[in-house]
Amino acid sequence: MSPFLDVKDLKIHFPTDDGLVRSVDGVTFSLERGKTLGIVGESGSGKSVTSLGILGLHKGRGANISGEIWLDGEELVGASQEHVRGLRGKKMAMIFQDPLSAMHPFYTVGDQIIEAYRIHNKVSKAVAKKHAIDMLGRVGIPEPGRRVDSYPHEFSGGMRQRAMIAMALSCDPELLIADEPTTALDVTVQAQILDLMRDLQREFDSALIIITHDLGVVAELSDDILVMYGGKCIEYGSADDIFYRPEHPYTWGLLGSMPRLDREPTERLLPIKGSPPSLINVPPGCAFHPRCPYAERTGDKARTVAPALAETEGGHLVRCHMSPAERRALWENEIKPALETP
Amino acid sequence: MTEPQTQPATQDATQPARQGEPLLSVRDMEKHFPVTKGLFQRQVGAVKAVDGISFDVYKGETLGLVGESGCGKSTTGRLVTRLLEPTGGQVMFEGRDITHMSQGRLRPLRRDMQMIFQDPYSSLNPRHTVGAIVGAPFRIQGVQTEHGVKKAVQDLLELVGLNPEHYNRYPHEFSGGQRQRIGIARTLALKPKLIIADEPVSALDVSIQAQVVNLLEDLQNELDLTYVVIAHDLSVVRHISDRVAVMYLGKIVEIADRKSLYATPMHPYTNALLSAVPVPDPRGRAGRERIRLTGDVPSPLNPPPACRFHTRCWKAQEICKKVEPPLAELASGHRVACHFPENAPGTPDVPAAGKDEPVTA
Ligand SMILES: Nc1ncnc2c1ncn2[C@@H]1O[C@H](COP(=O)(O)OP(=O)(O)OP(=O)(O)O)[C@@H](O)[C@H]1O
Ligand SMILES: Nc1ncnc2c1ncn2[C@@H]1O[C@H](COP(=O)(O)OP(=O)(O)O)[C@@H](O)[C@H]1O
Ligand code: SF4
Ligand code: SF4
Ligand SMILES: [Mg+2]
Ligand SMILES: [Mg+2]
Repeated sequence: MSPFLDVKDLKIHFPTDDGLVRSVDGVTFSLERGKTLGIVGESGSGKSVTSLGILGLHKGRGANISGEIWLDGEELVGASQEHVRGLRGKKMAMIFQDPLSAMHPFYTVGDQIIEAYRIHNKVSKAVAKKHAIDMLGRVGIPEPGRRVDSYPHEFSGGMRQRAMIAMALSCDPELLIADEPTTALDVTVQAQILDLMRDLQREFDSALIIITHDLGVVAELSDDILVMYGGKCIEYGSADDIFYRPEHPYTWGLLGSMPRLDREPTERLLPIKGSPPSLINVPPGCAFHPRCPYAERTGDKARTVAPALAETEGGHLVRCHMSPAERRALWENEIKPALETP
Repeated sequence: MTEPQTQPATQDATQPARQGEPLLSVRDMEKHFPVTKGLFQRQVGAVKAVDGISFDVYKGETLGLVGESGCGKSTTGRLVTRLLEPTGGQVMFEGRDITHMSQGRLRPLRRDMQMIFQDPYSSLNPRHTVGAIVGAPFRIQGVQTEHGVKKAVQDLLELVGLNPEHYNRYPHEFSGGQRQRIGIARTLALKPKLIIADEPVSALDVSIQAQVVNLLEDLQNELDLTYVVIAHDLSVVRHISDRVAVMYLGKIVEIADRKSLYATPMHPYTNALLSAVPVPDPRGRAGRERIRLTGDVPSPLNPPPACRFHTRCWKAQEICKKVEPPLAELASGHRVACHFPENAPGTPDVPAAGKDEPVTA
């Protein structure tokens, strides 16, 4: 059987006055119901464009979209704008980083949930309101019966994020995409929201995509992880693959850049030199080569030939010219010891 | 059991290994912002952004200041650099009382105390070249440089890892990390003794964060700098600090050397904060017990009485709502403001909250 969500070589390019922006340039993954995919990458790596692309929000906006998105047996890249719009809310829904910009300031939180619910459910206002109160209660808003009549600005940041989750879940979507859902929140509130998303996903058995730049957040929730760099998926595998046997030099760099609380502090962090590429001017060959400490090992190829995303073992995909054996030897003998030495 | 000490400490007990006079010394510092209403701007209350905090910073060390949004970290930074004037308490810099010093008299001191800001985008004037930005402190302070301002600026650019030839470029031509380096170069121009860095890396990408953290560490060693680093990221703070102070709603609730703070956190809030940090170890997640705090941080306009954490604390008892716990030294160099601290020496396996005799403060 084909997977619930199957994305194949998705590309989303925007023609602009400065040139073609290759925001998403080869993203491949699949996801089953009840499972969580984490998408990580630095800012501008194409995470948000990917998620909006799945929701069909780039359609009709001058973007060049290619590749395939199969959702529950239906192909969406070729589907009409109206058709995909009809799937939003019920089949798939999204949680944004900034709930204030996603909610209307002049309508109460309750009215917004009611409206979202009534698009897909032919019920009376009173029934929809009961549902809204129920949803607010489920996401942990205290006194939902009273808070349903509040305006978004009357909520704290954490409550607004909960309200948006309630809104996204109100039609029981089968695919939920959360784009940096906790980035703007304090760490104790972030922990509450991550717990909530985990619990709700179990309850609703939805497929969840969580997008973040925080490796800790993906590790908390994800079954599978996709690492993006310069619009491309550069490594994709199970959470264990990415954290315990990563094979791409960029993933190594991310791990080395991050101080972590669960280990003795290392003397120094091991950053990646340079900065992320502009997507108008992605370096030729391997997009990571100007920053890669191992570029020399792949000689001219690093600068001239774009590496393909290739399977190394059991569904673990890596986009790098080095051989799997060479990468594994580097990880075991050099990278891993350096990350663990205090 | 250890009784919390009741007398207010006249000296900060959490001295680092280095002895000597503190470079910066803060006592009972307060900043209450008036809240006004109506046409006549009648004062109806006050935001107690910083509400009586004391700490010392010694030469050559890094003090980390952590806490959630709105707890008063930035206000503390602006008070000690006198970008704001305290409404109470005392700030001493190199033994001089600067609490209410006039701007004119502060001016020479400004060379010695510099601030690095969070946002590398808005803190640089987009219409000025890098050379003008980094060189501005020399001109403003009328400082003579040996080989001219341009050479001095180029040396600074090199020091922070930028190409000295970028002297004539504008901020928009640089990435976020490079802009933060420009800001740091400007800060270093006048060879400050103390740098207050307010979320210096939180607007940066992970890979760039690490570059800037390493740069700050290198500069500290090379130039013998003293830092106060304000951040909400507990992992970053552990990495760069020698000592760490945890703030909650305008108060310091715990202060200790980094090792004790992270290994044996005593304040329930510190414990909750540390347990909330997501750990990049998927196999570890199943076994982890997380302290789930309920609710959000209360408004500093109307902070809860006595222990401000009692509305969210799972150990709270009656006394916590009535008597404010003093910041007491419970282990060497480790001070905490709590009636029922965790990990307190002498009470290894008795949960402090289980004891029934109230602790008098
Ligand atoms: N000029 C001001 N007038 C009134 N209230 C203020 C002013 N500046 C700060 N505050 C308030 O004081 C409190 C502490 O603010 P501060 O900026 O120090 O927090 P912070 O700990 O730096 O938070 P963050 O992590 O979000 O930067 C907040 O409630 C804030 O709204
Ligand atoms: N509508 C658009 N037109 C042109 N470029 C765009 C558009 N939307 C996004 N981009 C560019 O695509 C790249 C990826 O953006 P995004 O997916 O938002 O990154 P992130 O990984 O931070 O979520 C960025 O360089 C961004 O500027
Ligand atoms: S292809 Fe070459 S440059 Fe690219 S990541 Fe692999 S080793 Fe580095
Ligand atoms: S004093 Fe009481 S309420 Fe405050 S932190 Fe300690 S136990 Fe909790
Ligand atoms: Mg984004
Ligand atoms: Mg601040």
